[in-house]
Amino acid sequence: MRVVIAEDLALLRDGLTRILEAFEFTVVAAVDNGPALLPALVEHRPDVAIVDVRLPPTFTDEGLQAAIAARTEVPGMPILILSQHVEPLYARELLTDRTGGIGYLLKDRVSNVAQFVDAVRRVAGGGTALDPEVVSQLLARREPLAVLTAREREVLGQMAEGRSNAAIAGKLFVTEKAVSKHINNIFTKLGMAQSDDDNRRVLAVLTYLNG
Amino acid sequence: MELVSDEQLSDFVWRGVRGTGAGAASFVLGVLNFPLFVLWLAALIVGLIPGLGQVVLPLMTRLVRARADLERRRSTKRGIPIATPYAPRPAKSYPVGWRRFRWILQDVATWRDFAWLIPGAIAGVVLGAVSMALPIYGFEGIFLIPLWVWLGTGWYGYGAIWPIESVGDGFLSLPQGAVILALALLTAPWLRSAEAWFARLFLAPTRAAELRLRVAQLTETRADTVDAQAAELRRIERDLHDGAQARLSSLGMTIGLAEELMERDPAAARKLLAEARDASHTALIELRHLVRGIHPPVLAERGLDGAVRALALSLPVPTVVDGGVLGRLETPVESACYFVVAEALANIVKHSGATSAWISIRHEADLLVLMVGDDGRGGADPSRGTGLHGMGRRLAAFDGTMSLSSPPGGPTVVTMELPCALSSPKTSPSSGTA
Repeated sequence: MRVVIAEDLALLRDGLTRILEAFEFTVVAAVDNGPALLPALVEHRPDVAIVDVRLPPTFTDEGLQAAIAARTEVPGMPILILSQHVEPLYARELLTDRTGGIGYLLKDRVSNVAQFVDAVRRVAGGGTALDPEVVSQLLARREPLAVLTAREREVLGQMAEGRSNAAIAGKLFVTEKAVSKHINNIFTKLGMAQSDDDNRRVLAVLTYLNG
Repeated sequence: MELVSDEQLSDFVWRGVRGTGAGAASFVLGVLNFPLFVLWLAALIVGLIPGLGQVVLPLMTRLVRARADLERRRSTKRGIPIATPYAPRPAKSYPVGWRRFRWILQDVATWRDFAWLIPGAIAGVVLGAVSMALPIYGFEGIFLIPLWVWLGTGWYGYGAIWPIESVGDGFLSLPQGAVILALALLTAPWLRSAEAWFARLFLAPTRAAELRLRVAQLTETRADTVDAQAAELRRIERDLHDGAQARLSSLGMTIGLAEELMERDPAAARKLLAEARDASHTALIELRHLVRGIHPPVLAERGLDGAVRALALSLPVPTVVDGGVLGRLETPVESACYFVVAEALANIVKHSGATSAWISIRHEADLLVLMVGDDGRGGADPSRGTGLHGMGRRLAAFDGTMSLSSPPGGPTVVTMELPCALSSPKTSPSSGTA
């Protein structure tokens, strides 16, 4: 799989490259500033891009802006945003086009290499990977969630992070059948349309949480 | 079609009536100026007698200043602001005595107050008399009193008709009276404003006094800012020392131990490394919280607008953000505004019991106006708790002000105003959809 990396700190850029190459990704470009990012993305059309929110020269949110711009030019281009902090506001902006292929994680998550690589693969496959911290902030401000049981809220959280049924079952130590039963209940209780496709379902959940 | 709406008419009448009332008050207050003048002059002469003067003059001056301050407040209420010009009271002085005596005589504002007493009295009495006499004369005409007097005495007149020669002439006092009354209502507010302008000539601070007051204010806000900053640095130092720093040292030890065990007990080493990773994660969380408290990253990335929107999104109370700033403000201003808004929102969540809140951001003519409101129970008291006081102090460093309206039963609205210019126009287009 071909990857473009945008990260201004050389240490982190090299670290990311090393991790990804160890898992048989090919880093086709590694840029260290905002203006170079959009051309690199459009030129290489990578299978997934890993982008730091804050980049030179202004050190504001040019990474995020370039990512959003790239997805306007190349719809659905899978992008995983990394940041030292997470904001539900940014997650909402990333998810507005509702096409999937979006990841938004804290940089510390990279330290759990297996999970990080899993998230990169998920995003590349058109799925989503949302940081647990964003998800917990999203869940915290939704009143109607009171109708859900504790277990259902847990499943909803896992779904919002972008996990598939199988992955949720593995994480919560239950059968996949039990998970899909919980999911059915959640969708009925919150009045959302069902869908068989994992990615679509996750997007529906995120749209609901962002609303 | 109506020429004026009912609302405009009642507004006109109200302003006229209030102006007339204020004119009557000016008349009475103006009369009071005369005895004040005499008393203060007497106190000044008595002031030549050692001992007695140091008691009498400060007391009399207090009276004169109360009168002048009243006039300042009245003018300010009319939209002609007059600041208090007096030099700060000397430290360690008694209500009467030498220090006060010297302070009073050396302050140019004392003499300007004194100089105003008589001209101010004349202005108040004359303009007050005019604004009372005009409506009285108008009502005299409207109630046809001239006609009755003429019928009784055979000799009287009104307005332009003098003397009245027939009953028809007498009835003409009605339209004339109406015109005069309308004129009275029109002029009353203007007469009060004229008096206020006149008072300002004497009672406003001189340029030197203004500068002195400004220096006093700057000294105070600077001291506050320095204190707040020092306290902030102490807090950061403590947090780093007890938090991230301690965690990083233990992290180093754990890794060192794992290194030792690598050969002898790989399983234990692996366990230690997993522990180390968790510890680094915790340290990062702590650092992130700390950074958020110093300067929230979203503020650096998105400016006040974006940061406030992000803040609103994170609240358990649904909060609407309206308006915005076109461009970026100076960083310190941005930061102060953000923390003040954050404090206001935290208060809403903690105390108001609100089910919804709103934030309005307006930036016009180099004035930034931030308003934070909720539909909660109200009754917030600025004198209780340090939060509101701290907010005011943060803004004061930038000559900003804060006001609170929170009647029992709500709604509560905090309004913050800051004079400030943009540091840079907007460079990147906002993709904000929040």
